[in-house]
This record gives sequence, structure tokens and C-alpha cells, in this order.
Amino acid sequence: MDSLFPVTLTLNGVIATHEVSQRTTLADFLRQTVGLTATHVGCEHGVCGACTVFVDGRIARACLMFAIQAEGRDIRTLEGFAGDRRMEVLQRHFHERNALQCGFCTSGMLATAHQLLEGSPDPSREEVRESLSGNFCRCTGYHAIVDATLDAAAELNAATVAPEAEPAC
Amino acid sequence: MKAAPFDYVRVSSLDELGELAAAYGDDAQVIAGGQSLVPAMAMRMARPKLLLDLCDLPGLADIRLTPDGLEIGAMVRYFELAGSPLVATHAPLVSTAVPLIAHEAIRSRGTLGGNLAHADPASEMPAVMLALGAVITVAGSTGARRIPAAEFFIGTYETALRAGEIITAITLPVALAGRRVAIDEVVRRSGDYAAVGAAFAIDLEGETVTGARLAFFAVCDRAVLAHKAAAALCGQRLGEIDPAPVLAALAQEIAPVADLHNRAETKRHLMKVLAGRLLQRLLSGEKSTHG
Repeated sequence: MDSLFPVTLTLNGVIATHEVSQRTTLADFLRQTVGLTATHVGCEHGVCGACTVFVDGRIARACLMFAIQAEGRDIRTLEGFAGDRRMEVLQRHFHERNALQCGFCTSGMLATAHQLLEGSPDPSREEVRESLSGNFCRCTGYHAIVDATLDAAAELNAATVAPEAEPAC
Repeated sequence: MKAAPFDYVRVSSLDELGELAAAYGDDAQVIAGGQSLVPAMAMRMARPKLLLDLCDLPGLADIRLTPDGLEIGAMVRYFELAGSPLVATHAPLVSTAVPLIAHEAIRSRGTLGGNLAHADPASEMPAVMLALGAVITVAGSTGARRIPAAEFFIGTYETALRAGEIITAITLPVALAGRRVAIDEVVRRSGDYAAVGAAFAIDLEGETVTGARLAFFAVCDRAVLAHKAAAALCGQRLGEIDPAPVLAALAQEIAPVADLHNRAETKRHLMKVLAGRLLQRLLSGEKSTHG
């Protein structure tokens, strides 16, 4: 049995302390210790992107960090985006475009698309493809995911121009 | 796919690092961004008993202009390199190279120093360092050493670093007027390891090539400079470049080695194609200085 050590971090805006073993990845910590299961664990070696979360405001692989490295860091998972307009618009367009079947990759896709639209509000199709190239989907195929991301960008841009546009449901 | 048990220390000084590295010997492993080390630990190809995390060591995360050139702290992360106006101005080859490295989420965490210390032969940055004539500063509890990039990379995952030493900074000579740079690679999918890659820095005086550093990666056990090919390029004139002697010299001096996915023969062919493409891009006569 591994020894446990305390780790204190900001998790979805709240400072929290948990006990972890040193070899527990951030992804396993989020799912198993804290119970935040939006972060999915796919390949466990940084290739598939299903475990993408935000570390200090930027997307990172939660399987490529040990939880103990998150001491003092700001971690945000998909759960922490409830009420976030950009994320809600992305989620709705993923739904409308059938941009998921099994949904396993979706959290990571959404996190990556969110960061893309934050830095590049009006991306080209090629930019979206490049941005999402680090996230694997094994059932839906990528076209619908790219379409949904572009649709979300268009809606968010329209909303920027006309703030009285219909609010997200 | 879970790492073997280990102890973890955030070191606060080089002395502490040196003591722990000496006590644990080969069982100690430094971690910077961890984007290569953590997967290796997950697959148990690496089983350190002690991880020495550099994230709290002061002074390793700055980018600044010094009399010696552009100094980049070892813990500067890829996304910071990509967004740095100083890097874009004084070392544009570095800015151009970053998007080729893995994916955005990896670039949030991966560090330049960690990459160079890892010395993956298929990685972009060691070749960029060779092309730019970088000097790598390493330090331990007994002091610092400055090592030219050409002497730093020794073999696959093997560098001139000694036990208890870390890279602290990388110094790049600032880009000269008349310098043209480019990097490109052949990959099956965006973000994959390169099948073959090349990073070129070519200096012009007027219309004449006066200096060239042609670095290749993913061809053998480390990034390498093609000195003879560079010599064959020097003295040639812009717009009248004859790539034949350059490519012939290249084929003679670098004999690519097969990897898991590509035969040596394939790599030899791709190396030549890529070199020709970069020469065309850099020296076809256009006035662009950025590759």
C-alpha cells in the first residue's frame, strides 16, 4: 500500500486538500479521489487527449502529471465550466451536430475547442483541425466535431456583435 | 499503465539536488515538464525511485536578452516560447519550430530544458539548437559549465550532463541580418514524431551564401549537423543555387538508421527530399527572411 501525502490545489475555483499517493496521476486523482468523472482516462500515456483538463488556465494532459505536481496549481475540469457561456455553446453545437457517439473523447474535445476559441475566436477549418489533432475520436469521425466547433465560433461571434441575442438554454 | 512507486521532492536549490542525486545515484530522476518522462514511467520503461521536481527552483523560467545572446531559462515552456516577442525577433527558428512539437496540451507543460536533457533523436529542438549554434548552460552543486549544442548531444537519450547537473539556460546567438531559417519534417500525422526532419540556418552577404548550418533529426541516434553539405552550399549565389552537390555531400556524410516505422532506405530518400525542399524555400530568391 502506497503512503499518502496531502496535496492542496485550487480545483474548479475552490481550494481543496486531498490525500494522494505520489504515483497517482492527476487524471486518476480527479476521477477516483475527488469523484470528478468528466475527465476520461483513455491511453494513459498522453496520446489520446481524453483526459485533457486546464492547468493554470491552459489545457494539459491529466495523465501526464502526477497529482502531487498539482500542489499550488489551479486545476479546472469540465465540471468547472458549468455556466460558462463558451462551453455551453460548444456543448450545444456538439449535440446538434451529432459530434459524438460514445462520448468518451468529448470532454477532451470540448476542453481543447474551448481553449482554441478563447485565443482564436474565428478560426479557419484548418486551424480547428490542427488544434483538435491531439484528441483522438474512434467512432464519430472528426468532421462533425470540426463542424460543431466552427458553428459554436460563429454563434459566439454573432453574440459578441449583438449582445441581446437569444441566451443559451 | 500505472507508474511504479517513487518518492517525490520539489528541490529548492542545486545543493539539495546534488545531495539527493548523489544519494540515489541512477535511481534519481529530474522532472521538468514531464511530457516524455511521465509516459515512460506509465509504461515502466522508466522506474525512478526518486523524482526531483525543478518547478520551485528560482530563475529558470525567464527569457531575456543578454550581451551573449537570447537567454532562455530551462523551465520555459513551449507555449511561452511560441508567444514570446523576444524569441520571435531574435530566434525566429525557435518560434517556427514550436508548432511542430506534439500538440497544444503537451506544449502547455513541456519545457525547452527538459526536451534537450531528454535528447530524443526524433525531437525538433536539439536540431534547432544545432542550427542556431546554441550554448547550453548546465549547473550542479559544484558549479556551472557552458556546453556548445554540438557537444551536448551524445546519443539516444544521452547528453553531456553529469549526475547531479541540470540544464539551467540556453543561450542563442541573436539572428543576424541576412540570416534565413526554416524547419520542416515529414510526419504521418500532425504532432507525431518525425520520420525525418531538418532545421536550416543560412547566412547571406548580399546574394552570396557565407554560412550554413544544416541540422537533421530523426535520422540517427541524435540530431546532427551536415558539415560537408553546408560547405557545398557556401559560396553559392541566391537564385542560382545548385542543390546537387549539397545533396550529394549530405548523402555521403549522414547515413540514416531505421526506426520502428521507417527503413533506412526510406529515411535516406526523405532526408534528401526534405533538404531539397528547404533549400528551395530558403534560397529560391525570395526576400523573405523567415522560414
